[in-house]
Amino acid sequence: MASSMDVAAVAVEPGGLTTLAAPGLARRVWKNKAVVVGVGLLLLIVILGVFAPFFAPYDPYVQNLENRTVPPFWYDGGSWVHPLGTDPLGRDYLSRLFYGARISLLIGISVAIMSGLIGTTMGMLAGYFGGKTDLVVSFLVTTRLSMPVILVALATVALIGGSLWVVIMVLGLLKWDRFAVVMRSATQQVRSLDYVAAAQAAGASTPRVLLGEVLPNVLPHLIVVATLEAASAILLEAALSFLGLGVQPPLPSWGLMISEAKSYMFFSFWLIALPGAALAVLIFSINLAGDGLRDLLSPEGRA
Amino acid sequence: MFAYILKRLGLAILVALAVSMIAFLLLRLSGDPAIALAGEGARQADIELIRKTYGFDRPLPVQYVEWLGKTVRGDFGESVYFRSPAAPLIFSKLQTTMMLGVFALAFALFISVPLGVAAAVYRNSWIDRLCLALAVVGQALPNFFFALLLIMIFSIWLRWLPVSGSGTWQHFVMPTIALGYYAAPAFMRLIRAGMIEVLEADYIRTARAKGLPATQVIFKHALRNAVVPVVALAAVQLGFLLGGSVVVETIFALDGLGYLAYQSITFKDFPVMQNIVLLLSVTYVVLTLASDIANAWLDPRIRVA
Repeated sequence: MASSMDVAAVAVEPGGLTTLAAPGLARRVWKNKAVVVGVGLLLLIVILGVFAPFFAPYDPYVQNLENRTVPPFWYDGGSWVHPLGTDPLGRDYLSRLFYGARISLLIGISVAIMSGLIGTTMGMLAGYFGGKTDLVVSFLVTTRLSMPVILVALATVALIGGSLWVVIMVLGLLKWDRFAVVMRSATQQVRSLDYVAAAQAAGASTPRVLLGEVLPNVLPHLIVVATLEAASAILLEAALSFLGLGVQPPLPSWGLMISEAKSYMFFSFWLIALPGAALAVLIFSINLAGDGLRDLLSPEGRA
Repeated sequence: MFAYILKRLGLAILVALAVSMIAFLLLRLSGDPAIALAGEGARQADIELIRKTYGFDRPLPVQYVEWLGKTVRGDFGESVYFRSPAAPLIFSKLQTTMMLGVFALAFALFISVPLGVAAAVYRNSWIDRLCLALAVVGQALPNFFFALLLIMIFSIWLRWLPVSGSGTWQHFVMPTIALGYYAAPAFMRLIRAGMIEVLEADYIRTARAKGLPATQVIFKHALRNAVVPVVALAAVQLGFLLGGSVVVETIFALDGLGYLAYQSITFKDFPVMQNIVLLLSVTYVVLTLASDIANAWLDPRIRVA
């Protein structure tokens, strides 16, 4: 219907049809260095975040006003007592960065699951049934795409108050569009294949055909979109928190840490550089893993 | 062609109506809009007064139709914070944001076209890989952090550009880069993919066989055809850029619609906020409509489908 709608999802063009358990997958994974680097970095961040209480040298919330804005160890005046220094309230920066990973990961995963459920349901129904269902879903997607996410999210958070759960809910309810677009076209490709027809002929119910036959075969696309959307949700949370309308203090959200350090950045540039770099590395690793996954799961990637 | 335009126009109007309903209902999210408008610590009598003046005590559909009627006629209500009519306020900022959006789009094309062409021409070489790496790294930097980096580099260390404000062309340089940068990777990928496809076409081989210089083949014969899908993406991206202007304009205190949107959100100036959401969404609807029609005109296959 709307060609602009398809273009809006241009970052993910559904490649071909593949199954996850393709032969020689392990070998191809190792050959693809990008995936190894991406997944490796991501795993490191997940471990640091999940086991933050174990790795963090200090409590990330304890203030020490006699120890404010201590620089990291490589600056004059820095020491290994606080390896990455302290923030303007004297809280240990390294500990806050470790705990901040938890917030970003939680946002990425929950938003991807929530918007993934909404978008996949809509996309699969539209792609499978076509006709009026398709029209309705396409209309909903077009409407959703025409409203700027950041603006609607800011306004909603301002109206109902900012908190971690509000941000997750708002982003989860807003970011299903790409799931719907990609799942719709992926389902359209699968719908007319023989095994779907066979299942229908065998008398399988529609939910059973959708969940048992269609879903496993569009799963690669779903996983790729989920990684992209998780990365995008993490960036949006950071931006919302940076503007003061996301996660609220004293939670150590990386976006919020940049916001809190903004007025000190001319003298202590590292205060914004560290959380900024943490965000960049996290997004970089997710994108790298997602991009590599797309190459691996598309037929051309098998050559 | 005419039937296609009519169909597309009908859809655009429906979407615009749906968007207006959402913008209208947004204010109801807080529960009681009268309490939201009165602000914290308002007396019960004031809340009652607001409820009466704004007509919040009437049925929702009645309120919606009346609100929409006023909005269409250019009456956006009164700004609670600035104490002036919202419509002139909003439209006075529109020019800055439109300029920023167009500059950012131009900047994105300026860097992505040469890089996309180079990546396609030297496919699978180190140039291609470098371009891809630039795109992946670029997309990983949060845009507000990138904006702060620009301030550190160009305002603090080099002292070339003003930190914030608006007025001169220098004020637009950093916001343009910070905003346009994010649109570039998508264009680059699209141009690269389009060029690779086109470069393998028969007429390119013919042009080459005729002995035409490589630059002429690439830029005159190939790029022209590879650029068609870019038109559609450009319209969509311009819409996204207008949304992204909220963050960028706020950081640079550039006095446009995005900054006004941020101010209206923090000051709980709901009439202004509501109408900016509506205006930006309708702009996006119009842009995609224009791009779909332009595409149908450029590529007859779309009209028939």
